[in-house]
Amino acid sequence: MDKREIILQHYSKPQNKKRMESEEYTKENTRNSSCIDNLDIYIKIKDSYIEDITFDGEACAISISSASIMTKNLNKKSVREGLEYIKNFENMLNEKEYEQNILKEAIVYENTKNTSRKTCAWLPYDAAKKILEKNI
Amino acid sequence: MVFREDFPMLNKDIIYFDNSATSLKPKKVIDKMVDYYENYGANAHRGDYDISYKVDIEYENARDEIVEFINAKSKEEVIFTSGATESLNMIAQGFFANIVEAGDEILITTSEHASNVLPWFRLANDYGCVINFIPLDENLHVTMENVKKSITPKTKIIALAQITNVVGDVRPIKEIAKLAHENNIFLVVDGAQSAAHMKVDMQDLDVDFFVFSAHKMLGPTGVGVLYGKKELLENLEPINLGGGMNESFDNPKEIYLKDLPTRLEAGTPNIAGVIGFGEAIKYLKNVGMEQISERERHLREYLVEKLVRIPHIDIINLEADSGIVTFNVDGIFSQDVAYYLNKYNVCVRAGNHCAKILKNSTGVTNSIRVSLSFYNTESEIDEFVELLKNKEKIMEEMI
Ligand SMILES: Cc1ncc(COP(=O)(O)O)c(C=O)c1O
Repeated sequence: MDKREIILQHYSKPQNKKRMESEEYTKENTRNSSCIDNLDIYIKIKDSYIEDITFDGEACAISISSASIMTKNLNKKSVREGLEYIKNFENMLNEKEYEQNILKEAIVYENTKNTSRKTCAWLPYDAAKKILEKNI
Repeated sequence: MVFREDFPMLNKDIIYFDNSATSLKPKKVIDKMVDYYENYGANAHRGDYDISYKVDIEYENARDEIVEFINAKSKEEVIFTSGATESLNMIAQGFFANIVEAGDEILITTSEHASNVLPWFRLANDYGCVINFIPLDENLHVTMENVKKSITPKTKIIALAQITNVVGDVRPIKEIAKLAHENNIFLVVDGAQSAAHMKVDMQDLDVDFFVFSAHKMLGPTGVGVLYGKKELLENLEPINLGGGMNESFDNPKEIYLKDLPTRLEAGTPNIAGVIGFGEAIKYLKNVGMEQISERERHLREYLVEKLVRIPHIDIINLEADSGIVTFNVDGIFSQDVAYYLNKYNVCVRAGNHCAKILKNSTGVTNSIRVSLSFYNTESEIDEFVELLKNKEKIMEEMI
């Protein structure tokens, strides 16, 4: 599959897109100031492991697909590994060195790095990072 | 069209349909500002030497242009600010904060721009006023009937855009002013979207305050106007104190301020901006406000007629008397459509257009906004419509 197809697939059939009301989940909202992308990220952490991670909300194709891929990649990782993954993603967007193999499908956003879509790709990561940093 | 050659940005191979965000600027306006910086770049209000004297003359000429353009009664009623937003904050904080009482009601609508909402929210929070919303009808318009129904003996302020930036409806400001004054209510009008697109006449409308920004009407960024009736501006406390606006200050008990309009323009003003603004007003006068309104209405009709024939397009504001058309492509997030159009160098705005509380009324949280200006053309619209005809193509190319 080419990059576009991967993005479109995660957009039309996003994974882990559900609202989690349970107390076991920490929720963090994330939104773009310039537009109205508006996502909630839900993470259930137990013994420094990400037991489950979901998202919900309304956003553009890049943000939704990025959230779908992110939740898929972060699930069942330790908090430390999760932050490592996020750091790599951030480095990719900021044109710094990063490890491709850790990012898996998320490398499809590599070409957003010089565009306004960079903030869309980053959107779900911003919230996940906040939750994980509080639980390290 | 003859005007197009006047706008350097129109040679850039883009289709610019985001005129409500900011307009393009004619070369004359840009040149006028460069002329100030290159040939008489001194400070204002000093006048001790020739070029400084020229600054004062040019600065006040710009004010005269505006006085005439909006048919204010005098120069004292036209205050230069940094834009509509600052003007609205000055009105709320400098005038109304001194006279409102707990329980006073402020009437706005859900389709106001943030700049005509948040200053009133702050007033409500600080002084115990109550914000009420005039209901919008099914076209999202403000009707006289709904204004009447919303007024109570406690209503103190009505604050409305003359044209809203999302729906593009033109409000019956003159009638509302009459009704407001019969009920001892102040009317504040946000003219950010209207001043560039229709004739506005302060004496005819009889509004108490009216604000607008130069950058939306062919002028530079960072300049705007606060119009107020003289007797009201006399009571508007300056938020900023400092140079240029004082007569003398020997001790804290003896501060003497200058008269209007200077009293409300503390500090070195945006001289180049004001002078450029004056040139923009001249340009608008030369084209003619009636001609501009008519041309923009025509372009809007032309666009709407084509868009309604496309089944996957939902127009949110079918009825509107301005150049604004807001719509969605069925099943595609507005921002994605904007990105798709951007690939073809078409500039439109996606999102909620700073009217974040409108979603309570429309049920639609975001949309694509086309805002046309008199310098846009039918062929640009044709190209634009062509790009939207094929939904699959949009889906294909939006990422
Ligand atoms: C209706 C309306 N009011 C106020 C403003 C604020 O204008 P400015 O940002 O120039 O102060 C805008 C700008 O988008 C507007 O559309």
